[in-house]
Amino acid sequence: MVNRQPTLSLQQRRKRSTAVAATWFLAPALILMVIYIAYPVVETFHISLYTWNGISPDRTFIGWGNWETLLQDSRFWQAFINNIKIMVLSILIQIPIGFLLATFLDADSKKFNLFKVVWFLPLLMSSVAIGFLFQYALATNGGLISTISNLLGGKNIDLLGSPDRALYTVIGVIAWQYIPFYMVYFLAGYSGFDDQIYEAALIDGASRSTFIKVIGMPMMKPTIISACIMSLIGSLKYFDLVFVMTGGGPGYATDIMATYMYSTSFKYFKMGYGSTIAAGMFILITAIAVLVRRVLTGKEER
Amino acid sequence: MRMIVKEDRKSVVAWAIAFVLAALWLLIALLPFLYMVMNSFKGQFEMLVSGVFSLPEALNFDNYVAVINGGFLGYLLRSIIVTSVSLAGMVLISAFASYPLSRMKFKLRGFLYGLIIACMSIPMHVTLIPVFKMTTASGLYDTLWALPGPYVAFAIPMSVFILANFMKGIPVEIEQAAEIDGCGKYRTFFEIIIPLSKAGISTLCIYNGITFWNEFAFVKTLTQSVKAQTLPMAINNFKGEHSVNIPVILAVLALSALPMIIMFCILQDKLVKGMTAGSVKG
Repeated sequence: MVNRQPTLSLQQRRKRSTAVAATWFLAPALILMVIYIAYPVVETFHISLYTWNGISPDRTFIGWGNWETLLQDSRFWQAFINNIKIMVLSILIQIPIGFLLATFLDADSKKFNLFKVVWFLPLLMSSVAIGFLFQYALATNGGLISTISNLLGGKNIDLLGSPDRALYTVIGVIAWQYIPFYMVYFLAGYSGFDDQIYEAALIDGASRSTFIKVIGMPMMKPTIISACIMSLIGSLKYFDLVFVMTGGGPGYATDIMATYMYSTSFKYFKMGYGSTIAAGMFILITAIAVLVRRVLTGKEER
Repeated sequence: MRMIVKEDRKSVVAWAIAFVLAALWLLIALLPFLYMVMNSFKGQFEMLVSGVFSLPEALNFDNYVAVINGGFLGYLLRSIIVTSVSLAGMVLISAFASYPLSRMKFKLRGFLYGLIIACMSIPMHVTLIPVFKMTTASGLYDTLWALPGPYVAFAIPMSVFILANFMKGIPVEIEQAAEIDGCGKYRTFFEIIIPLSKAGISTLCIYNGITFWNEFAFVKTLTQSVKAQTLPMAINNFKGEHSVNIPVILAVLALSALPMIIMFCILQDKLVKGMTAGSVKG
């Protein structure tokens, strides 16, 4: 090395020292991600080929057995469909309402500060807390909705106990939790606008609604698209809230991939099959994420 | 101050509708909180008898005292420790990684950046069983120190995405001037890049602070006893012990939300500004 160094040009040496520095700077992040993300993902696929209770040292290799079971496991596919329902409805509910709230606040955020603070509150609670809170607040006897219904002369309403309504109730609660996030996200998007655009529109005599339709929406398009992608990936990964609030029940009505994976692995200790569910989840989510990103960014370019 | 108002009848009606809807959403956002706070001051049977909308008979703090005597402060302390350790690790490691990815030219840059960002869509559940196994094998199982590792690892993709975008905006001239003055890559990083990235870093702290504080799946899987558990598990455990005494559980919920609400009130302005700094540059 010492002998070769003088033969290197200054530029080459610079390049090399940059590469060395880059390696050092990137090393901690890469090491941590290999330990906690890359290796576990590979290992999950590996364990999916065994039957294993997670405790005893011996596990039995069964090849594709678990995967064949998974393909025919109606509970898994039901859970996947529930994930998809949550995904579609989350986007349809959260993004428009978040957008409207942000648009309202953007009109005069100083005056509307009280609105902003209160609207933001749900985001500060943990999913676990929200799950328990709504378990009580939506109880059939003495819950908020039932009480309001009684005041209006109606009967008690069973929301979380009814297989038909439970999933939609869950979707409603998720919306309650995450709308503030998209609100702030869009608010941040609005604040990136140049004030001159508003002034120009004002001089041209645009009303606020025309402004939003003609200038606001198109300019917010990249923000809206990335919000959709976030919401989409987020809904495929949901766990805490559903796990706490319904545990996937009643029956399997609100079961999603993550809760099914968790109960299989850590309640019934079928870690082999649990890993298969997790790996299946990985494949499905990655496929959807890649597909949607391609479709959305493709559109954006045109 | 972006009022674009044409003071004709149409816009007055539009504003009226907007205000009604805004007030409605105010109610929807607030009602569960009111329910929680009001009923947390009630006795177990008082709540059943008097209904959810009545004010408590007296402001009695019995439930809150019971919660605090039940070890709540320990959970709080452990949450503070885990969140601060994880935040410190996250900031340092993602700033380290973002620097070369945004400001140096080397062969694998595009590939590594893409790889790290792609990890954003990986659900933690896919890693749960192997991480559980590793944690048991390394002796970290059921200790507080099992948590920061996975927390930081899963926070890196999003953080690098935000911070690398942010660092790209720092003018190259500053760095070049430092280099001419004989400032090495490492000193440049600590003395120029980090101070200039403060706004981006505070965005990361807000995002990830909320996530770490509220994280549930890893704590539930990697710990077993109270001595290693954080606030989300406090809620879970109190629920297990007092499942019929709803007001006590509501008191736990209220108390565990309180630190975040206080933080929010203090940092409110920074929050939206912080979100702006990172979110929509790309």
